[in-house]
Amino acid sequence: MTHFSGFSLLKNALSGHKNWPEQWPDKQPKGEYDVIIVGAGGHGLGAAYYLAKEHGITNVAVIEKGWLGGGNTGRNTTIIRSNYLYDESAKLYDHALDLWENLSTELNYNVMYSKRGVMMLAHNVHDVQSFQRHIHANRLNGVDNQWLTPKQAKEFCPPLNISPDARYPVMGAALQKRAGTARHDAVAWGYARAAAKRGVDIIQNCPVIAIRRGADGSVEGVDTAKGFIKAKKVAVSAAGHTSVVMDSAGVRMPLESYPLQALVSEPIKPVFPCVVMSNTVHAYISQSDKGELVIGSGTDQYTSYSQRGGLPLIEHTVAAICEVFPIFNRMRMLRKWGGIVDVTPDRSAILGKTPVKGLYVNCGWGTGGFKATPGAAHTLAWTVAKDEPHPINAPFTLERFTTGRLIDEAAAAAVAH
Amino acid sequence: MLLIHCPYCDDTLPELEFAYAGEAHIARPADPSKLSDEEWRDFLFIRTNVKGVHAERWRHIHGCGRFFNALRDTVSDRFLTTYKAGEARPDVQTLEAAE
Repeated sequence: MTHFSGFSLLKNALSGHKNWPEQWPDKQPKGEYDVIIVGAGGHGLGAAYYLAKEHGITNVAVIEKGWLGGGNTGRNTTIIRSNYLYDESAKLYDHALDLWENLSTELNYNVMYSKRGVMMLAHNVHDVQSFQRHIHANRLNGVDNQWLTPKQAKEFCPPLNISPDARYPVMGAALQKRAGTARHDAVAWGYARAAAKRGVDIIQNCPVIAIRRGADGSVEGVDTAKGFIKAKKVAVSAAGHTSVVMDSAGVRMPLESYPLQALVSEPIKPVFPCVVMSNTVHAYISQSDKGELVIGSGTDQYTSYSQRGGLPLIEHTVAAICEVFPIFNRMRMLRKWGGIVDVTPDRSAILGKTPVKGLYVNCGWGTGGFKATPGAAHTLAWTVAKDEPHPINAPFTLERFTTGRLIDEAAAAAVAH
Repeated sequence: MLLIHCPYCDDTLPELEFAYAGEAHIARPADPSKLSDEEWRDFLFIRTNVKGVHAERWRHIHGCGRFFNALRDTVSDRFLTTYKAGEARPDVQTLEAAE
């Protein structure tokens, strides 16, 4: 595999960029692996990479029903932040943020992580109080977050409308400067390339039909569209389809799958320097390096597996954006799409072991899984390799729904779900 | 936009008039103090989250305000039928045969 560098770029430029080798081979499954990961999104590919790199387990297959990174990894709005309220969440997301910092160097692949700052707008007294509580909680956890007055918010993000006559006037904002965006496709591709380099097989267009369990109840392998593949350890990282896959192993999950939509505008010159989120008018927006405004909001109200969603939600989202940024009210939207997100009752992820021996799960990220990609992948690999929880993912068990020890970001999250 | 038939108003109306209210036919335990932690988990948190025909509750919030149930295919989002609260879940095969 070619090491990407200025030199390799120059060399290939001289031959008209016609001799670049493939970045990872498209493999057919072998009969048996040490570990099978279901789902080749950022989380699954990342887990395979960390298994190979940090735990020396290279006989690993990542099995994907569609194409690599074609699920929620390629459908999200690429926002990265770690300003969650609870200690458990702050540790997990900040661990991810630490890994984001060096990810491009580590993978020898430019994931375009950009610390442009995420600003959350407060539009009423409740917002002001809850965001200030978040800021204090974050600072106690060593997570950067600061309070801005409306004038400071406008200085940080000039297109913002801070007129006191607005229907939802801006009363202040919480700013996490270390937060930002990354290129979502590059995250999947970078992890895939780095994992394949260490011997991981990436098998695309191969839906997993069922997880097979032996007489003693432990995992034996997976039935796929390309036949049975043996493995003593299987990790499911299948986002919106996790409960379908887990059902086949006889494990019922506290998950519901909803469509989450996003849309982009026509590309324009750089106008928007950061990410802005608003709970109250309910939308978020940033500008991609291509120049498109990337816009999203909450899920549709009903559960669904159609990667589409309904137009009323798009109307609501765009109305919210025009309210906060009147300068965009004549922008034309280019594309919209949906992804299927798996939502837990407490809006925190489930990450770790299951009641079935050899079966691991990484799911329940709901509407905010992209930002956690490196942290989730890193701690999942630990758990799979050692068959024990990582200190950071230990609170995110499946058992918490029995014991009642929830991590209730549903009421406390910095963004509306 | 989804078009949803309210069985009380007997009218097919846009999705915006309705609020989704989760999976249908989940009965509250008759004797809550007898339930184990596992049974509480199943009642409170575990859902079928089916990929296919899903029985679910909707409420006609901008109309009659009443709850009713629906069968909807979660892959195509197509409604198979809607029926009044308290009625038994219709059989899918009978419905398809009737179409």
